[in-house]
Amino acid sequence: MAVPAIELRGVTTRFGHIVANKNVDLVVNRGEILAILGENGSGKTTLMNMISGIYYPDEGQIFIDGKETQIRSPKDAFDHKIGMIHQHFKLIDLFSATENIILGINDGKKYNLKEAGKQVREITDRYGFVLDPQKKIYDMSVSEKQTVEIIKVLYRGADILILDEPTAVLTPQETEKLFAVLRRMREDGKSIIIITHKLHEVLSLSDRVSVLRKGEYIATVNTAETDESQLTEMMVGKKISLNIERSDPKEPTDRLEVRGVSCEDNMGVRVLEDVTFTARGGEILGIAGIAGSGQRELLEAIAGLQNTSTGDILYHNPDDGQTVDLRHKTPTEIRELGVRLSFVPEDRLGMGLVGNMDIIDNMMLRSYKKGKSVFLARKEPRGLAEKIINELEVVTPGATTPVRRLSGGNVQKVLVGREIASHPKVLMAAYPVRGLDINSSYLIYNLLTRQKEGGTAVVFVGEDLDVLIELCDRILVLNSGRITGILDARETTKEEIGLLMTKTDRGTEGNADAHR
Amino acid sequence: MHIVKRDQMEWYKSWLIRAAAIVAALIVCALVTVILTHKDPIKVYATMFSGAFGTPRRIWNLLQNIAMLLCISLAVTPAFKMKFWNIGAEGQVLVGGLATAACMILFGGKIPNALLILVLVIASILAGAIWAVIPALFKAKWNTNETLFTLMMNYVGIQLVSYFSMYWEAQKGSGQIGIINQSTRDGWLPTIGKYEYLLNIIIVAVVTILMYIYLKYSKHGYEISVVGESQNTARYIGVNVKKVIIRTMILSGAVCGIAGFLLVSGTNHTINTTTADGRGFTAIMVSWLAKFNPLFMVLTSFLLVFLQKGANEIATVFGLNKSFSDILTGIILFFIIGCEFFINYKLVFRHSHKEVK
Amino acid sequence: MFTSATIITLIQRAIMQGIPILYGSTGEILTEKSGHLNLGIPGIMYVGGISGVIGSFLYENSLPSRDAINPFLAVMIPLVCSIIGSLLMGLIYCFLTVTLRANQNVTGLALTTFGVGFGNFFGASLVKLTGSEVPSVTLTNTSQFFRASLPFADKLGVFGQLFLSYGFMTYLAIVIAFVAAYFLKKTRRGLYLRSVGENPATADAAGINVNRYKYTATCVGSIIAGLGGLFYVMDYATGVWSNEGFGDRGWLAIALVIFAIWKPNFAVPGSIVFGGLYIVYLFINGLPMRTAELFKMLPYVVTIIVLVLTSVRKKRENLPPASLGISYFREER
Repeated sequence: MAVPAIELRGVTTRFGHIVANKNVDLVVNRGEILAILGENGSGKTTLMNMISGIYYPDEGQIFIDGKETQIRSPKDAFDHKIGMIHQHFKLIDLFSATENIILGINDGKKYNLKEAGKQVREITDRYGFVLDPQKKIYDMSVSEKQTVEIIKVLYRGADILILDEPTAVLTPQETEKLFAVLRRMREDGKSIIIITHKLHEVLSLSDRVSVLRKGEYIATVNTAETDESQLTEMMVGKKISLNIERSDPKEPTDRLEVRGVSCEDNMGVRVLEDVTFTARGGEILGIAGIAGSGQRELLEAIAGLQNTSTGDILYHNPDDGQTVDLRHKTPTEIRELGVRLSFVPEDRLGMGLVGNMDIIDNMMLRSYKKGKSVFLARKEPRGLAEKIINELEVVTPGATTPVRRLSGGNVQKVLVGREIASHPKVLMAAYPVRGLDINSSYLIYNLLTRQKEGGTAVVFVGEDLDVLIELCDRILVLNSGRITGILDARETTKEEIGLLMTKTDRGTEGNADAHR
Repeated sequence: MHIVKRDQMEWYKSWLIRAAAIVAALIVCALVTVILTHKDPIKVYATMFSGAFGTPRRIWNLLQNIAMLLCISLAVTPAFKMKFWNIGAEGQVLVGGLATAACMILFGGKIPNALLILVLVIASILAGAIWAVIPALFKAKWNTNETLFTLMMNYVGIQLVSYFSMYWEAQKGSGQIGIINQSTRDGWLPTIGKYEYLLNIIIVAVVTILMYIYLKYSKHGYEISVVGESQNTARYIGVNVKKVIIRTMILSGAVCGIAGFLLVSGTNHTINTTTADGRGFTAIMVSWLAKFNPLFMVLTSFLLVFLQKGANEIATVFGLNKSFSDILTGIILFFIIGCEFFINYKLVFRHSHKEVK
Repeated sequence: MFTSATIITLIQRAIMQGIPILYGSTGEILTEKSGHLNLGIPGIMYVGGISGVIGSFLYENSLPSRDAINPFLAVMIPLVCSIIGSLLMGLIYCFLTVTLRANQNVTGLALTTFGVGFGNFFGASLVKLTGSEVPSVTLTNTSQFFRASLPFADKLGVFGQLFLSYGFMTYLAIVIAFVAAYFLKKTRRGLYLRSVGENPATADAAGINVNRYKYTATCVGSIIAGLGGLFYVMDYATGVWSNEGFGDRGWLAIALVIFAIWKPNFAVPGSIVFGGLYIVYLFINGLPMRTAELFKMLPYVVTIIVLVLTSVRKKRENLPPASLGISYFREER
């Protein structure tokens, strides 16, 4: 067999004491498409960043064309004809495609946009891209921008292309076009590594699949010899028992009813499509899905931070039996309607808290408007801050410490503590244990469970399937903005959720209700 | 080598760094003085002190100047805390002063003095607020660059004052309004006892305390902080960001208007294009150096006024031009501005090559 | 009311008024394209002017007699001095805002305080040295070389008067503006510079040395702006430096940047329009003196209108550079 284009042997990367990649072996041949499959946080992107020179491995070797090589910077990677297309585009909006493509290249050639444009056209023609080299980025769709990123890499002569979840932002039609292009590149002898967690894409596109799980390399299989269920099992692994306390829901009552909600992001891409479900008081409703499937938009739409194009968001007030529609209401209006809704956003320091303010002032974010006085009442928030510090064991020099200086787990305790303090009837939490150590995570699980036992409708967006299965009562699966299933957490399996998260067969969605 | 953002530094350490920067600046200033003037720098600094504190009159003068600079610095602060770069204070002050002067000229002797002063206050506040709210409206509606807009508004204001100075000129061709209502003292801010500027100083002291309370203890002040720190968080808690921008700029302009009123009715009793005397710009530095804290601003405005007064004295005593003070002020500002880097960042010398960015 | 002669004079004087602003504006555009709003430009222009004056003063006084003056040295000495002075100012600004990441507005304003003070201090010191009665330094000997126009310009009638009657620095200003426009639009480095001002993180990722571009653009920009100060004393003011004489022209230069929507080639006609608005009152009979002050307001008013219109229309090419005023820290990427 020919010498592989890239070979990784025993590569390990650590961030502090967290191991992001553990002893990974990987082989990529010329003229093949290798898929890297794994859940969120399985270390796929870190591994690829290592090949493209953004990180440097702590242990292990990288061979390019059989020769051991050090890749210390993105420039080194380029010199070895490796190019990576990141999930977040690095383009200058004001510039045309060509201008972006030639940015930073000092090839000694005379500066000539026309000539460069011609070369860009050659590349597009060769691989079948559709792109106007003179079009400005700000006029482009997401898929066009991605095309520019890919051509940028090809223009620099890359033979090995790494694509980090390229289809996450594309429509099915655009995805098909991209795949056609990638297949043509393969025929041209290029090596392509594609990171994804969509199984059908792996099956339809790749030659081989390497699976990572929690930073560890699991195995590589030939695509032709595998199927969805084998890949899912490799990806999610055996079920691990976490021993999270879970009580049975007591007389769950409908609390929040989301009916047919759709919405678009600011680029006009549809991020939620006809989402219908009910969150019940006394229950934890888990939301599973690969990152960016519409979880954030769904919670923000309920909280009054995201405009929706259709649908209703109904709140059944348990105190007076009234029902109100929260759609198109601002957070303030929602509060004024008597809706006790709390929201722990994903972006803790960028949205939920103000990093430069102390704990007391952060307590006030929710409550400062209370009362007719023009002045702030700091007494109550101070009491609350101290209570949270004591009860949740927040490690901090004091209540007047800026939250920015606290560790991730303590920041989260402050945020969750504040959101629970208002005795919500609906509590939404997006990835509340991300980045937290085990003890803090369990503390958060217990807090959520206690809320549920108190009759609150808890909505928990999570990424660890083991946690979702053990913590929640029901699990709603989001897939590209649609609900692909609502499952009983006590009955379901990781494989079942994994499949619903990744498949794109749209025929089964009608059965979603059957799972309730 | 690698630069990383520091966690918050202990307050005494950060002030130590600032003090060190000022000392370093004074050494450089001494060198510059020696090179340019061949004078003994110790003597020069002694002269500065006597220039600022030498006689009771000088002290009053110093306090009055501090009060005026402080007042304008207080005015720009709420906007800055919101990360709205209002560098139009110069114009807002002048327009406030112009409104005061106009009312003094038009209504002087026609209405009771107490009522006139009330009219002056209202007119100056309105004028300043209008001048400030125009850029704010465009910022809120169309995100028009506020730094450039407020900067341009300064010069429109200056030309307006220049026009009216000629319109109401005292002697034909002088282009100067001259002392307004000199004989009747209509619309002049009353003096307390024999202390000419005392009332000005008291008013500014009150404004300082009010502004401190407003920013620290009021709901509005809290909203300003949240908007300045993160517009996302402001949205999350349901703050109307546009409303806060407009409301805060009205306040900022209104306080500038009061400064204009104090300068015209309480100090100069006339107006011309140099009435604000660049304080609108100096105030930006005062506010920024004090980290937008009104109480620290007393210190920073003292520092800057002291430098100016002291350097003026050097100029007079050693027969130098008074612009020498601007050179010294500039040098000291460079050091103070530069030293913030060492408070906010630290240099880390790394040996491992974990992340090769 | 307007005779062709007065129109020609009007245009000539508008150009003379406009050229210092054009220099300042071209310099500021280059700086702003790197993402830095340099409010120190008025100070830099003062320093550019006075440095030239100092050089020229020392040279004139070193001569045994008035006639011994060497035309080449008489031009080169002030030019080089001016460039050095402005360059140092630019370096101070860069060191503080790029290396030490200080706030751009505050640094710029401090630089203006320093620069204006520097100009006026040395201006006054030179006046004292000459022991002159009037508070100004007169360098007419040097000025004659700056003001020299083509000898046959007078003979070419209206054409000569309109286009050929100026000193070399007038043409230099226009050439620099067009070169800057060409540089920004048509060269690789110009593209890179614009990318730094638009999105430094992206430029950095593409392997462009962001800080080097910021330093270079700001320093070259300062030098060009400083030449505006030199032109003002040596040509416009016929070699007479008087304190505060330069006035608000530095701020007018910043206004012109907006009026020209960040395009140096637009700044050329823009500067003449500004200059014209500044003096047109002189040519309208029967206007009270004070109305002139309202006319002087016009450049700022039209600038505000342009600023508002561009923000309302949101045509991306006409907006300020996206990262203008925001410091770039690689670590916070």
